[in-house]
Amino acid sequence: MTAAREKPEVPSVLDRPNSYIGKTVPRPNLDRLMQGRGQYVSDLELPRMAHVVFVRSPHAHAKIAGIDTAVANQMPGVVAVVTGPELAAVITPWVGVLSHLKGLKSAPQQAIAVDRACWQGEAVAAVVATSRALAEDAAEAVLVEYEELEAVTDMRTALNPQTPVIHAVLGDNLAFERIHDAGTVDQAFADADEVVETSFIFGRHTGVTLEPRAVVADWNSAEERLTIYQGSQAPHMVQNIAALHLGLEERQVRVVCKDVGGSFGIKVHIYADEMATYALSKLLRRPIKFVADRVESFNTDIHARDHHCKGKIGVKRDGTITAFEIDDLTGIGPYSMYPRTSAIEANQVVNLVGGPYVTMNYRARARVVFQNKNVMCQYRAVGHPIACSVTEGLVDLAAMKIGMDPVEIRRRNLIADDAYPCASPSGLRFEKLSHHASLAKLLEMMDYDRLRAEQAELRKRNIHRGIGIASFIEVTNPSAAFYGVGGAKISSQDGVAVRLDAQGSVICQTSITEQGQGSESLTAQIVGSVLGVPMERVRVILGDTDNTPYGGGTWASRGAGIGGEAALQATTILRKNILDVAAAILQSTPAELDIADGAVVNSSDGTSRIELSELARIVYFRPDTLPPGIQPELMATRHYVPREYPFAFTNGVQASWLEVDTDTGFVKLLKHWVVEDCGTIINPQLVDEQIRGGVVQGLGAALFEKCIYDERGQLTNANMADYLVPMSGEMPDIDVGHVVSPTAESELGAKGAGEAGTAGAAAAVANAVNDALRPFGITITEIPLTPQLILSALGRI
Amino acid sequence: MTTPMTISLSVNGERVDAQVLPRLNLADFLREHLHLTGTHVGCEHGICGACTVRLDGEIVRACLTLAVQAHGANVETIEGLSDNGELADLQRAFRDRNALQCGYCTPGMLIAAQDLLKQHSEPSREQIREHLSGNYCRCTGYQAIIDAVEVTARLRRSRVA
Amino acid sequence: MKAAAFAYRRATSVDDALDSLAAYGEKAKVLSGGQSLMPAMNLRLISPELIIDIGGIAELRGIAAKGDVLHIGALTRHVDLLSSPEIATCAPLLSKATAHVAHPAIRNRGTLGGSLAHADPAAELPACMVALDAVIVVRGRTGERRIAAVEFFQGIFQTTLSAEELLVAVELPVAQKKSACFFHEFARRHGDYALAGLAAQAVIEDDVFSDLRLAFFAVGDRPVLAGAATTLTNTAVTPMLLSKASEVLSKELDPQDDQQASSPMRRHLARVLLAHCVATLLGRPELRGGGV
Repeated sequence: MTAAREKPEVPSVLDRPNSYIGKTVPRPNLDRLMQGRGQYVSDLELPRMAHVVFVRSPHAHAKIAGIDTAVANQMPGVVAVVTGPELAAVITPWVGVLSHLKGLKSAPQQAIAVDRACWQGEAVAAVVATSRALAEDAAEAVLVEYEELEAVTDMRTALNPQTPVIHAVLGDNLAFERIHDAGTVDQAFADADEVVETSFIFGRHTGVTLEPRAVVADWNSAEERLTIYQGSQAPHMVQNIAALHLGLEERQVRVVCKDVGGSFGIKVHIYADEMATYALSKLLRRPIKFVADRVESFNTDIHARDHHCKGKIGVKRDGTITAFEIDDLTGIGPYSMYPRTSAIEANQVVNLVGGPYVTMNYRARARVVFQNKNVMCQYRAVGHPIACSVTEGLVDLAAMKIGMDPVEIRRRNLIADDAYPCASPSGLRFEKLSHHASLAKLLEMMDYDRLRAEQAELRKRNIHRGIGIASFIEVTNPSAAFYGVGGAKISSQDGVAVRLDAQGSVICQTSITEQGQGSESLTAQIVGSVLGVPMERVRVILGDTDNTPYGGGTWASRGAGIGGEAALQATTILRKNILDVAAAILQSTPAELDIADGAVVNSSDGTSRIELSELARIVYFRPDTLPPGIQPELMATRHYVPREYPFAFTNGVQASWLEVDTDTGFVKLLKHWVVEDCGTIINPQLVDEQIRGGVVQGLGAALFEKCIYDERGQLTNANMADYLVPMSGEMPDIDVGHVVSPTAESELGAKGAGEAGTAGAAAAVANAVNDALRPFGITITEIPLTPQLILSALGRI
Repeated sequence: MTTPMTISLSVNGERVDAQVLPRLNLADFLREHLHLTGTHVGCEHGICGACTVRLDGEIVRACLTLAVQAHGANVETIEGLSDNGELADLQRAFRDRNALQCGYCTPGMLIAAQDLLKQHSEPSREQIREHLSGNYCRCTGYQAIIDAVEVTARLRRSRVA
Repeated sequence: MKAAAFAYRRATSVDDALDSLAAYGEKAKVLSGGQSLMPAMNLRLISPELIIDIGGIAELRGIAAKGDVLHIGALTRHVDLLSSPEIATCAPLLSKATAHVAHPAIRNRGTLGGSLAHADPAAELPACMVALDAVIVVRGRTGERRIAAVEFFQGIFQTTLSAEELLVAVELPVAQKKSACFFHEFARRHGDYALAGLAAQAVIEDDVFSDLRLAFFAVGDRPVLAGAATTLTNTAVTPMLLSKASEVLSKELDPQDDQQASSPMRRHLARVLLAHCVATLLGRPELRGGGV
């Protein structure tokens, strides 16, 4: 495991007295958020700061014939009006490809469009003024002459010969294609007693973070340093990319992330308008603030999950699933997003379909095509919701075809809990999962048999309730296998530096970041537990490339598993160093000492020997009193990266219990359950709340959310009245349970949990709706499941 | 149109005199003129609830209220309601139950929750969900918030009893 | 999304407001509660030159029952309608309906006059006015006009209010004995605009509708006073009769197609509402699924 470095003997942190591991403790430092005293980017004001508003293309695809800025330039408060060509002199374009996604191609994208706007909402000019309102006034006066071009707006015909190719240099509109063929699929379908084939449609949707994207870029021309205040999940990545494209060294760029009003992956990407903001600050030599308004957010925040996926499953009469096959088509925007690429979601779909099940026969084709719509990229649970909905939908169809209960078919096909380590037909390596234990726990939690009985009873009275089950696996703790191998400068390791301050408190700097999930808390809990100090005496610093170790940040559910392990390792060293000094001071040996409740104690009986505050005083101010030869080191840094497994897979299972009103098509969500196995749980409440939040995002996808484009590529519902996000009135209570299978890769044993809720929720709801409508002989394989869709399927309209 | 108007109002118990343009909305006034940035902007069309403040004792959307309309009014923001302790027990419950994650919806959510509890001392979970149905949260999925409000209501009743 | 610049006047009286309207005409907008006006302005869908704030005009406030007539001032807020004992007694339909209007923070500012003048076809209160056979009182510089609700609403965001007039009050008949009301709407989420809704006011004597006004909303460009109601009036209501009424309703509706719901969907929901309404008002749950 970590044989290469010294490992002092210490009981596992999970066993230490007063350990916070596994305890629900309130997150520290919530007061400022509850008092309205947080520091979100939009709250920031700097001297001479100006505001940028982008003039955005109203057309999905158009040549920019000319831009007349004369009138706009003269308007009150205007500092500058800048077009694409002017900004191209300051910031270079980028291409969103990674070498390990073979064949992925994309055209260069500029910070502000130069010759052509390729989606409705793409920025074609920037107006900088002394206030947002004045900039908006001037933006209305910028005259842009467009020559409309034919727009590619239907992914199903994007590859047809008659369809225009968006980027001629690429040859066609195919961004990426992946084919996977494992086992003997054709034979497996031939051997099956029943083969079911269907098409799944997933509505494009988006993150709708309550705080829109916001950046303050501050180029100090005297220092030749750019400070970027941004709610990014990956500040070192932003640092690297900003430096690269602005012709700077990384050390000339500082990225600061304070409070972030929600991200879920939306704020982990590189956006053209944010790059433009950095460049404008450099060009204009003053701080520039960009805060997307809600309409801009809908039009330019990454969208996700726009898929048409054909699925096929073979099953024997005894319930054995013989094979899975999919043909997935996804329509992204005109550019693959940078730097994580817009092929990852489809790639994940291919990787994950069929994942919980034993069959090794699996064939998949995924194609990613360009469209003249907003860009698309990773959003919470990337690809998992698609893969899970397809897999679990097919499994339910197979069950129905052979007349088997949906739980029973899963019992017969989920990978056995003692079958590990093993690999999936798509090459995923599983260390230890617990599908069966999780399913058993779920059935107990929900009282499955009683619900079935209730369903039967209510059906007699024409009340239609349904149960939907969805098993899933989830990618967490990614190694460099995700991005690094493809050439992206996205770090897959993280670092933590801990030091004892002069009063015996602990200062901890970590490279993971916080968006509300509890990164600060989990770090403090681990440090406090490993060291033996109360959490209140641990101060955690994060979100600042000048003041934290170099690392990947928080995404793909890696904060606890990777950042947490780094915290554990660093603190283990600090503890050892403290005990070495204490032993010298106390004329004892480190083995006879421990640290508990902020003091060095006898490990035998817990008697306090010296307070950490006193030890710190001696080390920092009175080293003359120490025994000769000792050089105390009260600071330690450790980095951690998973080496054995490219991803730490977790597993879980969800259930939805709902009622469908067959007169109106309305679905009422009655209850939801999740059993999740994410390994060692550091803070049960925080994990459960991540799951709940994730579930509700999935429920939104299942019933409400869809970016509705018309055939001209216009996003027609870019506001919160028409794009329906889940609100409290329609959401159910969600019960969460756990099975615990720690990973042996790290001492902490923690895997990730942030995305599990979103991975399976929509699948569970879709299965439940279809279960409810079973007496009517219909199956719906499209989300969102709107009342209209349901009534149409029922033939009522 | 470009002539500022004089307004005089009370904000968190403090008298404020200001010169504002008519088009300035109350949310922007609070945030930019008074630097009370606890009132958040999420949509600017009255749907998300992030900008909820109290105007003459009643909750309103600050993004749909002009600053000039607040002339002569008594405005209370999250900062004031925190400092005077009115929300203290709700905030404690929110913290203990982790009824906030990113914190962006929280000021509006707390003010709306307090508005409910002032009108109903024993709200059902459904009533809580309904009263908060105009406050968008993307992080929590709402359950923890409902729990925290429910607990607070119970504690308040037991203190009175 | 910051509103474009505008001038602002606080009107001191109705006449004062009318003077400003006369001077500016279409270039001015009346600010009442602002809950519909402000979003439109923030989105720059409209950019008036002048905003006339009528919020301080005392004359426009107040709910008073004068004999058989209930007088409601235009500045009456939704929250006032909800909490008013006069409304609860004299026009309970309004109490029921207003609970569906948006959310508490919106109801604390939004006004009856504003909602009626705005005339969103999916809004609750215009339909209630039609169901209640209300009179919309409108004032211009030449005097007052009194317009029956059913004639007031002309189309999407269109009323017979001219650019130089102000809606000052509504008057509606106080609910008599034996009157009953029904309100329901189908909305995706609490407080959303309805996909289809029904505000109904009836007089029921011996299980028979002696009067029935069915005002559907969100199923056309304005509230629709259903002719199907006459099929159900002054006769025993049987499942077959309800079915026939439902057919009549279906034919007289011409709902819009939009991304929230298709025309057939709205028509279908209207029929569901009709059955639900009749079943509820007559206390005959077996009629609930009727005619759809």
